[in-house]
Amino acid sequence: MEGLARWMKKNLFSTPLNSAVSLVLIGVLFQALGPLFDWLFLKATWEGTAQTCRHGEGACLVFIKEKFIFILFGFYPREHLWRPILSIILFVSMSFYSRKPERWTRRTLWRWLKLCLLIVFLMKGGFFGFEEVSIDKWGGLPLTLMLSFIGLVFSYPIGILLALGRTGHLPFVKAISVGYIELIRGVPMISLLFMASVMFPLFLPEGIVLPKLLRAQTAIIMFMSAYMAEVVRGGLSAVGKGQYEAADALGLNYWQKMLKIILPQALKIVIPPTVNTAIGMFKDTSLVVIIALSDLLMTTKTSLKDPKWLGFSVEAYLFVSLIYFIFCFSMSRYSRQLEEEFHYGGRL
Amino acid sequence: MEISPKKEGLARLWYNPKSRALIFQVLLLLMVVTVVGVLVTNTQQNLEKQNIASGFGFLSQEAGFEISESAIEYWADDSYQKALWVGILNTLKVAVIGNFFAILLGVIGGICRMSPNWLLSRIFASYIELARNIPLLLQLFFWYAVFTEVFPGVKESLNPLPGVFISQRGFFFPIPAAHSIWPWVKTALAAGVLLTLGSAYFLKRRREKTGVQKPLWPWVTVFLVVLPIIVWAFGGAPHELDVPQLGGFNFSGGMSLTPEFVALMLGLVLYTGAFNAEIVRAGIESVSKGQWEAASSLGLTRFQTLRLVVLPQSLRVIVPPMTSQVLNLIKNSSLAVGIGYPDFVAVANTTMNQTGQAIEAVLLIMMVYLFFSLTTSFVMNIYNRSQQLKVRG
Repeated sequence: MEGLARWMKKNLFSTPLNSAVSLVLIGVLFQALGPLFDWLFLKATWEGTAQTCRHGEGACLVFIKEKFIFILFGFYPREHLWRPILSIILFVSMSFYSRKPERWTRRTLWRWLKLCLLIVFLMKGGFFGFEEVSIDKWGGLPLTLMLSFIGLVFSYPIGILLALGRTGHLPFVKAISVGYIELIRGVPMISLLFMASVMFPLFLPEGIVLPKLLRAQTAIIMFMSAYMAEVVRGGLSAVGKGQYEAADALGLNYWQKMLKIILPQALKIVIPPTVNTAIGMFKDTSLVVIIALSDLLMTTKTSLKDPKWLGFSVEAYLFVSLIYFIFCFSMSRYSRQLEEEFHYGGRL
Repeated sequence: MEISPKKEGLARLWYNPKSRALIFQVLLLLMVVTVVGVLVTNTQQNLEKQNIASGFGFLSQEAGFEISESAIEYWADDSYQKALWVGILNTLKVAVIGNFFAILLGVIGGICRMSPNWLLSRIFASYIELARNIPLLLQLFFWYAVFTEVFPGVKESLNPLPGVFISQRGFFFPIPAAHSIWPWVKTALAAGVLLTLGSAYFLKRRREKTGVQKPLWPWVTVFLVVLPIIVWAFGGAPHELDVPQLGGFNFSGGMSLTPEFVALMLGLVLYTGAFNAEIVRAGIESVSKGQWEAASSLGLTRFQTLRLVVLPQSLRVIVPPMTSQVLNLIKNSSLAVGIGYPDFVAVANTTMNQTGQAIEAVLLIMMVYLFFSLTTSFVMNIYNRSQQLKVRG
């Protein structure tokens, strides 16, 4: 009790001004959070129909109960729901397994490859007695995760190549890399998605039709690569000049120098900003709503259009916010943890 | 001793680093040219087949759609070109106002985040984590839904202050009624801003020359308060207000902010402000502890230390990442299309759907935003250079 008093004196009431600020804040918090808590829990409608919700004063949690399967999985056939659920569990646990730097080995890479094949097989089906579920039925959380994961896997190597091109000494390659990176970083992602949805079909010869999902995925990869390139470039310039000179003095050629000496160090330095870029991309996949792909945000919007359940947007958006928050927050915590580990571990 | 055997002919070209680099680049050039060529031919064939004429001729055609808010006079029978201008101006409005408030929120948030008051710093920490980890588009949808679903209809508008109304249709508040003196008051205010800047510059130069420090606030009061009031009084001190009146289905008169605009502003400012706050915090943390201690042993208060010693030094760390946040806000304002605010992307999108000129519309969007981005980074780079350490040799 005395400890608590001392803590409060030190952190809340150290000076008259501080005390005043604390008191005002406590008042404001009670005024704001009290009604919010009431609305969300105490007065919320947990059972019933849309009609009971409209008569109640609080949040309509019945809506969430009714719609969360649709929000999470879109139009995926209900009788096969265990397949996307299992896929997400596998994906999340594999991510959790690979969180430790000492597990970043070739073996883990193989496991990821096998896992991806397994997930595609699970989601798509079509053989071994699994009923086929066509890609346009996929939606919700699996789609959001897929767009960001595939985006990351492809944009990382492309970003490295672009960064190498930009820092290298081949003038034409440099011009192309700089032009690409600056162009992409100068325009909003929406313009790329528009390009994917209306221009890509014009680029292709007649008869070849790419599904919209693939086009959007391409746009996401194009966009993400430019940002990855800048992150990697930061790493390349953070590696000491002596490393470059030492590699040259050993007589290594350009690719040997980069692959064996520079990149392993550079990429390690920029792991935290890389994770941050990945978080940004995870959030940005929600923009595919604008071109009407059924990702997590789109399924939410679709569920709100159900004429029986009009008018519960706030509840629905709070629910998806929570899902996005859980993913982004754990990733950013992870990034911070890695940063500390690399910073103090003296492993660089 | 021969290190490498002499190569003959073509092989020699391959083993010479210079010519190899050249070969590699020529190959890459050929590849790029081929890809672009194929894409262009395909596009031309496809356009021909769909009977779409390329080019920007459509810009002078009649647009035929209404735009809900506009800084310049615009009617549905104006040209696409004018409609797109309206969009650009709307984007600019959001970019300027949004960045102003986002930077303000960032500075305040960053400082509060580091406050010794545990509660204050925790509140801002939670806000920052919450705002940064939820997609912006979702936040925009949320704020827009709050407007359309939580706020009452026009007939039952909230009336928190006399003359101020909040409803699903937006914010309505009174403005001074039209009078011939108001343009002059505005001019006086603008002149006052210039005069204030001038006197600040003058005072700074004198301080640097003579070391005499005179306060700025008397000049600020004279130029920004007294001068406009004199002009206003001179015009007969009009004080009638144009109060919003409920008539039919909506308010008329006064000033209004549409729900789209307010939702967009809230979303953009809260989202970008959180990133800005973290940048400001990192900037303040980058100033060494010795500076705080030295300032405090000179007898400066915490606030004085922050304003006179720490913030000027941390600007060097703050400005470059803040520049990219300013640019991010401008680019993110394109999400307005998701909630129906008529920004440039929304207008270009409507144009694209009506005319079918997909390539031109997307190119226009890219060019306009590239122009915004390049101009902003140019201006911020100049500012950044002025803030860097001046090394006198």
